[in-house]
Amino acid sequence: MKVLKKLFPYIKKYSFFIIASLLFAAVSAVLSLYVPVLTGRAVDCIIKVNDVDFSRIFEIIRQMIVIVLITAVSQWLMNICNNRITYQIVRDLRNDAFARIEILPLKYLDAHSHGELVSRVIADADQVADGLLMGFTQLFTGIITILGTLVFMVSIQYKIALVVICITPVSLFVAAFIAKKTFSMFKLQSETRGEQTALVEEMVANQKIVQAFGQEEKVLKKFDEINGRLESCSLKATFFSSLTNPCTRFVNSLVYTGVGVFGAVFAVTGGISVGQLASFLSYANQYTKPFNEISGVVTELQNALACAGRILELVNETPQVPEDADAVVLEHAGGNVSLENVDFSYYKDQHLIENFHLTVKPGQRVAIVGPTGCGKTTLINLLMRFYDVDGGSIRVDGEDIRHITRKSLRTSYGMVLQETWLRQGTILDNIRMGVKDASREEIIEAAKASSAHGFIKRLPDGYDTVVTEEGSGLSQGQKQLLCIARVMLSLPPMLILDEATSSIDTRTELKIQNAFAKMMKGRTSFIVAHRLSTIKEADIILVMKDGHIIEQGNHKTLLAKNGFYATLYNSQFVYPSGIPV
Amino acid sequence: MRRLLVYLKDYKKECILAPLFKMLEAIFELFVPLVMAAIIDTGIKGNDIPYIMKMCAVMVLLGIVGLVCSVTAQYFSAKAAAGFGTGVRHALFSHIQKLSFTNLDQLGTSALITRMTSDVNQAQSAVNMVLRLFLRSPFVVFGAMVMAFTIDVKSAVLFVITIPLLSAVVTGVMCISIPLYKKVQGKLDAVTLLTRENLTGVRVIRAFHLEEEEKEKFKAGSQELTTVQMFAGKISGLMNPATYALINGVTAYLIYVGALQVDGGIITQGEVVALVNYMAQILVELIKFANLIITVTKGIACGNRIQGVLEVPEGEREISCPDTEEIPETKDEMVVFSHVGLTYQNAGAEALTDISFTAKKGETIGIIGGTGSGKSSLVHLILGFYPHTKGSIRIDGREIASYTKQELRAQAGIVMQRPVLFAGTIRENLCWGNQDATDEELYEALKIAQAYEIVEKKEGGLSAGVSQNGKNFSGGQRQRLTIARALVRKPRILILDDAASALDYATDAALRHAIAEMKEQPTVFIVSQRASSIQHADKILVLDDGELAGAGTHGELLKNCKVYQEIYYSQYPQKSGGHAE
Repeated sequence: MKVLKKLFPYIKKYSFFIIASLLFAAVSAVLSLYVPVLTGRAVDCIIKVNDVDFSRIFEIIRQMIVIVLITAVSQWLMNICNNRITYQIVRDLRNDAFARIEILPLKYLDAHSHGELVSRVIADADQVADGLLMGFTQLFTGIITILGTLVFMVSIQYKIALVVICITPVSLFVAAFIAKKTFSMFKLQSETRGEQTALVEEMVANQKIVQAFGQEEKVLKKFDEINGRLESCSLKATFFSSLTNPCTRFVNSLVYTGVGVFGAVFAVTGGISVGQLASFLSYANQYTKPFNEISGVVTELQNALACAGRILELVNETPQVPEDADAVVLEHAGGNVSLENVDFSYYKDQHLIENFHLTVKPGQRVAIVGPTGCGKTTLINLLMRFYDVDGGSIRVDGEDIRHITRKSLRTSYGMVLQETWLRQGTILDNIRMGVKDASREEIIEAAKASSAHGFIKRLPDGYDTVVTEEGSGLSQGQKQLLCIARVMLSLPPMLILDEATSSIDTRTELKIQNAFAKMMKGRTSFIVAHRLSTIKEADIILVMKDGHIIEQGNHKTLLAKNGFYATLYNSQFVYPSGIPV
Repeated sequence: MRRLLVYLKDYKKECILAPLFKMLEAIFELFVPLVMAAIIDTGIKGNDIPYIMKMCAVMVLLGIVGLVCSVTAQYFSAKAAAGFGTGVRHALFSHIQKLSFTNLDQLGTSALITRMTSDVNQAQSAVNMVLRLFLRSPFVVFGAMVMAFTIDVKSAVLFVITIPLLSAVVTGVMCISIPLYKKVQGKLDAVTLLTRENLTGVRVIRAFHLEEEEKEKFKAGSQELTTVQMFAGKISGLMNPATYALINGVTAYLIYVGALQVDGGIITQGEVVALVNYMAQILVELIKFANLIITVTKGIACGNRIQGVLEVPEGEREISCPDTEEIPETKDEMVVFSHVGLTYQNAGAEALTDISFTAKKGETIGIIGGTGSGKSSLVHLILGFYPHTKGSIRIDGREIASYTKQELRAQAGIVMQRPVLFAGTIRENLCWGNQDATDEELYEALKIAQAYEIVEKKEGGLSAGVSQNGKNFSGGQRQRLTIARALVRKPRILILDDAASALDYATDAALRHAIAEMKEQPTVFIVSQRASSIQHADKILVLDDGELAGAGTHGELLKNCKVYQEIYYSQYPQKSGGHAE
């Protein structure tokens, strides 16, 4: 119910179409029920040779054609209305969900799997479309059809109507019985399928290892064992589920026969006419249909509501702290960065950074070192204000960053992350990301400066080569160079650099180093550093471990301290000759 | 698809019986209106209640026989379909086991997994549907027409006109709307991509402050999607009203024609009712048939994709080397490369060019070079994963082409870059290397691989569980376990393809030391990015862009190989050379 309440504003916008849709639904349902009555009347005009009332037949046929046309048109109009309502509501939901993603704090986005969020915006929205709204109209037409049929039947001959009303539930009961019985078989089938898929994924993805170790036979044997089980449970699930149609059809034919018997007997005794019997028969034929539809709609509706709940949960998630009305626009940042008494933790009960002080003067270089997974990115998160500090403050040029517009703060930093991110588009588009109006020449200049020009030139379409989401076709190092070119183009006053990873070979890394060095000249920079030379030349070295900043100083003072940094530094050369001591 | 039908050959009986029984059911169904006509004409007109009862008993009987036929048919078709799916799955999986590495690369893992899972499932359900409905629906449609002819030729002509007309409407609407739905899918994919990009690239997007722009972009994409969806919905929404109007219009005309015929004394009132009933049956079955065609088309497309994989020739190593030059044979040589070149299929340039070297028994060969320089390609050639395209390779005195795949791989142990373990127990994983290995042998391998304490710490030791992809082990642990797996086989050639990248320097060194101490010393190939991992090898091969830039010992290379110097000094800066030496 809560979900419906939240969904209501979305639906309300299209209330005109909803009312229209319901109207058309009612009209088409009632009119289409009236057609068998007309057919019956026409049949009554056809008694025997030379006993046919042609003038009435013409009249009835004229009525029929008009009614059929109106029904068809209102059906189509109802479809159009439903389309409009459905797709536009879903579009609105989707747009709102996406807009919310853009302003959600990173804390939320980091904590949720991307696949799950994507599926909310895309798949769940689709489910809402299919289920909720189609469900509503189908439910509505279904109910009108059932009630209408009842009314028409009772008005013709209530005793025969009773026969229909009594036998129909049997069909529903049979369908429900089969569904219940088959459920466990479907479950077993999908479990076995899941088991097989897991094996297939594991083995096919590592087919080369399977072959390298000559395990083909063994793997195939395992596969066949599951495959055999799948065959038998798939046979059962398919067979039993396919019983629904014949069985309900049989019950239906019982209804039909029942109507036939009683109708014929009544006809003999003069209770009804042959035409009315014909109308009855056609009602009997289609009476169960709306019942089956409604039972399907109910599950659809439940599903749709669940999906709507998920997407609305995202839409109503608390966004990041809004900017102060009088937030300062940081222009040409000088590069003074200071952290005062900073406290921060990702989880309330796990303290990470406590009472941290750091003052960086313009043009200084800060290196952040520590073993992998020690939380070096935390600092980047704070500097860029991806996360807000829990206590204390971070100041740029003396201004608390919470009082600076996000835009001006973030564009004052050039950021190159370890996880390279390219979007689907040309190389040009990818480099241009920071400076939308950069000319081709400027971009090529930036690419040259970051030593990316060489490999871009060799790509099939040069700068116009389209790279895909995962940047396929480019090596890790090349992707990194593109990300550097991106920053090189905008060249902001401060830099945040996450150094190349182990997946890049050392010669490419050297190139990247050179590119970095060019950029860093005269700029305040924060570098997550792996390389000795970068670390040694840094003005300030922050040593992190397990999320904490444990040492701070420069190369000399830290070595002299003979603490963790000294150990870390020496560990690179523990076995200078490669032989364990 | 056609060639997949062989997997139905064990189910010939089912494939014939299923449609046959379906047809029987349809025939019984077609008799019902005739019986009803008899009830009206003989029973009601003659006031013959016993006759009515008799006829109703006939109808119930028809229903029961129909049910039995239908259930039989469902069983046969379910059996044939399940058997078909199982057969195709087995064939496909065992075919994948035999594909060469070149083929595996070209087909791609994700595509193969889709073929194995959803494609087979779709093909299976298509087979099921075809057996059940492909004959039934047309049979009911044409049967109704034939029945109409037995009643009255003049009225039956209306059926002859209506059926193609209805088919034209149904196919027309489908032909227009199916491509539209493909377009919808395309637009949906674009929106999905945008959502995913905004999640994976959230930091970059916020750093460049592109949120507003992205929102606009999403809105535009979302609107495009909605527009196409609404248009497609409008077209496909035509189907129901159009067929409804058509069939009821014709029914109205049928009543008129019927009236004329009754008036002329050619047919009776009951027969008019029967004709109207036949008309109603046509519509239901035609729409079922249209849906069936969609399912079948999808199924055929899936079947064709599966067939495409099955048609890829099995990858027996077809090494076709033009120049089998005689290489002077020396004693105790293990692996000899002579002017070897490798061009991957469909690749423009050679991945390896003119590689010559000799590895003696028990020697350790280091291979170093940048990413994409051909290191992995080189070691893959030793195991015949890919056929070399130039020069000759000799393993243990014999041409590589003279080995079978099994022979070649049985004597070698390889550890790949990505450490993969399979679901099962540690013991099962290790035994991939040697089916009959004793626990002592396993422990011995674990000790050499520096993995002994991993197993010791795990509850259950060797019987400890391994989850899929070895997710319950860290990267470094997995690496050591995969090394142990290769050692269990007591290989004569051991290949470590960047296999120690996740190990710290100390463990890496201890591992190399332990391998050097092995009783039966294998010829070891170590591929690495780290100079420290290979600098003590008996021989180091330096690869640069697929060519051998140098070969020799660390000392020699440091003196006269520029590429090696670059690599080495990028890791051990010259200034601190004192440390490194």
